[in-house]
Amino acid sequence: MNYFIELFFSGLTRGAIYALIALGYTMVYGIIGLINFAHGEIYMIGAFTSFVVASVLSIYGFPLIAIVIMTGFAAAVWAGAYGYTIEKLAYKPLRHAPRLSPLISAIGMSILLQNYVLLAQTSDFLPFPKLIPDFPFMERYADVLGSSDLVILLTTTAVMILLTFLIKYTRIGKAMRATAQDTTMAMLVGINVNRIISITFVIGSALAAIGGLLIASHIGQINFYIGFIAGIKAFTAAVLGGIGSIPGAVLGSLVLGLTESFATGYVSSDYEDVFAFSLLVLILIFKPSGLLGKAVIKKV
Amino acid sequence: MLKLQNVQAGYGNILAIKDVSLEVERGEIVTLIGANGSGKSTLLMAISGIIPCRKGRILFGDREMQGLEPDRIVKMGICQVPEGRHIFPELSVRENLDMGAFLRTDKNGIKEDMDYVYSLFPILAERRNQDGGTLSGGEQQMLALSRALMARPVLLLLDEPSMGLAPLVIKQIFEIIKKINSEYKTTVFLVEQNAHQALHIADRGYVLENGRIALSGSAAGLLENPEVQKAYLGI
Ligand SMILES: Nc1ncnc2c1ncn2[C@@H]1O[C@H](COP(=O)(O)OP(=O)(O)OP(=O)(O)O)[C@@H](O)[C@H]1O
Ligand SMILES: [Mg+2]
Repeated sequence: MNYFIELFFSGLTRGAIYALIALGYTMVYGIIGLINFAHGEIYMIGAFTSFVVASVLSIYGFPLIAIVIMTGFAAAVWAGAYGYTIEKLAYKPLRHAPRLSPLISAIGMSILLQNYVLLAQTSDFLPFPKLIPDFPFMERYADVLGSSDLVILLTTTAVMILLTFLIKYTRIGKAMRATAQDTTMAMLVGINVNRIISITFVIGSALAAIGGLLIASHIGQINFYIGFIAGIKAFTAAVLGGIGSIPGAVLGSLVLGLTESFATGYVSSDYEDVFAFSLLVLILIFKPSGLLGKAVIKKV
Repeated sequence: MLKLQNVQAGYGNILAIKDVSLEVERGEIVTLIGANGSGKSTLLMAISGIIPCRKGRILFGDREMQGLEPDRIVKMGICQVPEGRHIFPELSVRENLDMGAFLRTDKNGIKEDMDYVYSLFPILAERRNQDGGTLSGGEQQMLALSRALMARPVLLLLDEPSMGLAPLVIKQIFEIIKKINSEYKTTVFLVEQNAHQALHIADRGYVLENGRIALSGSAAGLLENPEVQKAYLGI
């Protein structure tokens, strides 16, 4: 039974990280109908930024909690700046081009960022400092739920609540939903659609960076390639949940995380990806629009 | 107040608006009638800055508007109810109205105007928490008009507000357009297929044919004009 619970929590943790990344895919898709293939790289850059900032801060001997908060903040801002710039450079000029063009541009961006980090840093794995200590009060539960899993789950939950609040109740959030639903009409009520698109990229990137920080500290090492596989998985999760749907991205991520965790635990870790993608194929056969996605209504 | 001088606009290599000059004075209701595909909606989209004005000038007061971003144009007081209503389907009725007031910051004024549109269309008040997309066509048209009013426009651009509605609802919508015009001094530029009703509430009218103004004059004059009667009034 303990083993089951352990797998359950480790699945949730995985799912939570996927969700932080998947939200960026789904929000951008919802607003401009683009799969931002460079998004996984933003997550990777978030992890690298965290590495640099956390290392510097630990030299100065700040308390751990301060390091975590400042690192998270710095990574979110820096990744947000990347997201903003990528949109302006690689996607905005192609806004009215055929649909394939921005997609190619996105793949190009992704390769560019990977190689940039490869050249600027190293191709080796870098040891990431352990930012989340083992809490004494968690000792009793240590064999089912680790301290860093707990922190990941709590942080992700808090972020989701904030995001939901932002999107549901704030002026910017309403403008984001309006733009996603009908871009022309959003312009006609006076929404600066370009600004809303930028904000969406920045928020999505910041979330991915927080995911990057959490997972790097959880696993303990990073390299330039981590964004690729995490990006593909999170994208899968977003499609699983129904791309364009925010609750869908979260649900899809949790389903994916749990599936992988149980498959790894009860079958074999060699089959982790087989299970993940079989699940995707199955869901898309029986529900092509994803778990919470709506049947696609072509925008006019 | 609104003045178009030799405006040209289109899509790709389709030139839908070839050469249009017209004028709308403060406080007027001016209607633009024309057959399907004559370029009416294109003209409104060019005025709102959604598609570029390729040649000519668009003046609002003495400000040139061509080339401005759509949100700047809304800020100047020009609001459009586009053809086909374009209700935000997954925002509630209330949120749709909020979006109409997107650029306003006067909370009290917004509240007042919200009460006002609810008094114009009590059904919207009843449905305030329902998703816009689930309203009937007529209710959506009421919502689209109300949403534009929430911006307290100086100039209201209406694209076929009567499309697809029952005669009784059409009558109600036209009465309200008239009422807004006389009570709030809102200037109205009304695009219509329903030439008869449009010319009845308008002061003046233009006839658009193939991207050019073919005729213009007082509404009463156009109603009497044999060409208009034959082509647009079915007499
Ligand atoms: N997005 C577009 N891309 C290409 N051509 C377009 C587009 N929208 C309209 N057109 C063309 O421009 C011309 C004018 O269209 P427009 O919609 O302005 O006509 P309209 O007078 O509003 O017609 P209706 O009364 O049917 O609404 C038409 O020939 C139409 O096919
Ligand atoms: Mg039209």
